[in-house]
Amino acid sequence: MKLFVLAVLAFAALLAGGCSSASAVRVRPWQRAALADETMNPDRDPLGTAMIDHVYFSREAASGGRGVGGSGCGCN
Amino acid sequence: MVKLQTRLCQLSSGAILAACAAFFAPGLRAQTVPGASFPPLASAGLAGGTLPDTAGKVVLVDFWASWCAPCKASFPAYSRLQSEYADRGLAIVAVSVDDTPAAYSAFVAKLKPSFVTVHDAGHALVAEVQVPTMPTSYLMDRAGKVRYMHAGFHGDQTLRELRREIEVLLAERAPAP
Repeated sequence: MKLFVLAVLAFAALLAGGCSSASAVRVRPWQRAALADETMNPDRDPLGTAMIDHVYFSREAASGGRGVGGSGCGCN
Repeated sequence: MVKLQTRLCQLSSGAILAACAAFFAPGLRAQTVPGASFPPLASAGLAGGTLPDTAGKVVLVDFWASWCAPCKASFPAYSRLQSEYADRGLAIVAVSVDDTPAAYSAFVAKLKPSFVTVHDAGHALVAEVQVPTMPTSYLMDRAGKVRYMHAGFHGDQTLRELRREIEVLLAERAPAP
């Protein structure tokens, strides 16, 4: 029984390690063609973003929370 | 009963470990680093260009893509290295990892590099090498062993480092055939 518990713990540790390092799901550097496209840039229209932020702040009395990582070339 | 339970535990542990190995193995492929042998270019299924004769030469292999800005900046620098060192035994091979042959061809037609460019259409070579970022270049000695690696291209700094490293490798003797 002790061995079984150890095995389950080892499996959980491996699973957590794999998920945290994201080795199984990470977009590889050479696979970022679509992410590097300008249309994937959330700040491609800074004026439009500023206006949307202003409307959001006026309506919700809150701002921020718009940052989304993941797009871009990821080069260098 | 205890014996059977122990046996079952051993079997389940083995099955779990095997499942883990199968799940994580594709993501755990080792990066090509200095000291390792570079995968043979000739059998990598590269298209879009003719590979140069690299036997006994110092070889610079650069992985690039048309959507990568530093890659674009690196091309004039590699052209300069080609003109400076080709006569002394440097061969430059720039491997594109573009998704489409059209993107590869358009980039090459626009920049007109003086060195060899090829297209790794199936990403077989780049997946084997496991480049850490784009662009990444590998400098091999005359024996075909990776001696230096540059992750990213940082303008004059990278160019200076490459010049120094190329000089070191060119000064080394070719291995006996």
